Amino acid sequence: MRNFFIDELILATQKNKNIVLLVNDLGFGVIEKFVKKFPNNYFNVGVSEQSMIGYAAGLAAAGKHVFVYSIANFPTFRCAEQIRNDVDYHNFSVTIVSVGAGVGYGNLGYTHHALQDYALMRSFPNTLILSPGDIMELRSCVRYIIKNPQPSYLRLDKTYNYKIHTKLPKVSPGKWIKVLGNNKEKKIIYLTTGAVIDYVKKKFFKKKNCSLYSLPIWGMKSKNKQHNFIKKYKKIIVVEDHFQDGGFQSWINESLNNKNCKTTIISKSINSSVVNKVGSKEYLMNYLK
Amino acid sequence: MINAKTLKILSNDVRKQVIEISYLAKSSHIGSSLSIVDILIVLYKNILKKNIFILSKGHACLAYYCVLQKFNYINKKLLYSYGKNNTLLLSHVSHKVPGVEFSTGSLGHGLPYAVGRALAEKINKKEKKIYVLVSDGELNEGTTWESLLFASFHRLNNLIIIIDYNKIQSLDFTKNILKLEPLNKKFISFGCSVTIINGHNYHQIYKSLVIKNKNKPHVIIANTIKGKGIKFMENSILWHYKSPDKKELFDAMKELI
Repeated sequence: MRNFFIDELILATQKNKNIVLLVNDLGFGVIEKFVKKFPNNYFNVGVSEQSMIGYAAGLAAAGKHVFVYSIANFPTFRCAEQIRNDVDYHNFSVTIVSVGAGVGYGNLGYTHHALQDYALMRSFPNTLILSPGDIMELRSCVRYIIKNPQPSYLRLDKTYNYKIHTKLPKVSPGKWIKVLGNNKEKKIIYLTTGAVIDYVKKKFFKKKNCSLYSLPIWGMKSKNKQHNFIKKYKKIIVVEDHFQDGGFQSWINESLNNKNCKTTIISKSINSSVVNKVGSKEYLMNYLK
Repeated sequence: MINAKTLKILSNDVRKQVIEISYLAKSSHIGSSLSIVDILIVLYKNILKKNIFILSKGHACLAYYCVLQKFNYINKKLLYSYGKNNTLLLSHVSHKVPGVEFSTGSLGHGLPYAVGRALAEKINKKEKKIYVLVSDGELNEGTTWESLLFASFHRLNNLIIIIDYNKIQSLDFTKNILKLEPLNKKFISFGCSVTIINGHNYHQIYKSLVIKNKNKPHVIIANTIKGKGIKFMENSILWHYKSPDKKELFDAMKELI
């Protein structure tokens, strides 16, 4: 996913010279293409995530759209207050890109797993979460955020280059995109966000009985749109590579607060017993239950 | 050049307002506000027309708001709503207030922002200087030193960092908490140029603010007095927190006439 992201960013920067890429000394094998083409639009700020978000805010105040590229929890939890105060509060055009969604960094361990990042990033009122389910959704998400610059969080898997959409899907905040299933609406559906579509298809999906939807762009402001989608179905199985607490399914559930809705919502998320486990991404994904 | 007499009158007016509004709003941080009044007045009277200012020690916003009113960014009615319900003027500096560049309150945020802002000027090949006023206690924050590494590496000579060195932080004197000294050597070793001034001397403040640096960020260590102008508030930890009662209000006003 990360290489597709850089390709999209290069395409955008060819047209928009106000795009700036900041990295905290990470991005080996990914960012070089961008750096070669746009050396003046790139800064390696060193290993200093908190200050990096502050620099990004300052650059954005002067009209730049800043992409902050890093991995795992480094550009989120490490600098949570800078995101809250400097970026979200001021509504600056800063897109935080984190590679290594869920347990994507496998045996690098818990310090490199992003399992609580939705919980943090969805608590900021102006911040949009972009969590694409395949490379086509990714391309649409990057194009959306370049056209609509704002505080945002782009969550990417490390190696997942899955492609299921045949053309670029139309994406917008809060909008569900149909991924699988026939045109007759079924009563039971799977709903995902992020790079788990392939996993859901293999592990859970039974074609005859249900459909699969992806919600790649969401956040606090699009929560109130969810009821209209949810109420159409008898049962929704929400799948995410994140803890249940504070995650995507929690957000879906919260959207029904005080609304009369008979839909049953079930969570399939990563169990917290994964914390001390060692293994590849594929192995650790067995903790998605 | 500057007119010290005019600046003295302006500063005196601002100090009076700081004390009066602090009394009305029952607000804290009066000492922190009084220590930066002279610096703010020189900045707004003589420096900031084409430049950018960031108050990183956001808790000293009362002095800042009084200066913004003096220079017509906000009106008196708004100023006197400070600390009340449903006003723009919360007790930490807010970008929603006309004339304010950046909201602060949590320490260690203003300098990284200023660095990004200064970098943007360089990228855009613009001439604006970025002035950022930080507190001495704030120098405890790691982001200060990260930002200095970046600013000196990228030769941000358009960045001017003013340290309000009143030597008192929240709970004690700075020397009893982490001991900042030797402060000038620390900044020099991080690749900055340094001027040490009396932060209440208008000529010294002005001269340090208009410095032309070739290839380094510049740090002004402004030796100031917390609570400056009111003898019973000067150099006192208590006046980081306390607001004046009626008697203290009158006693303070007498000193400023």
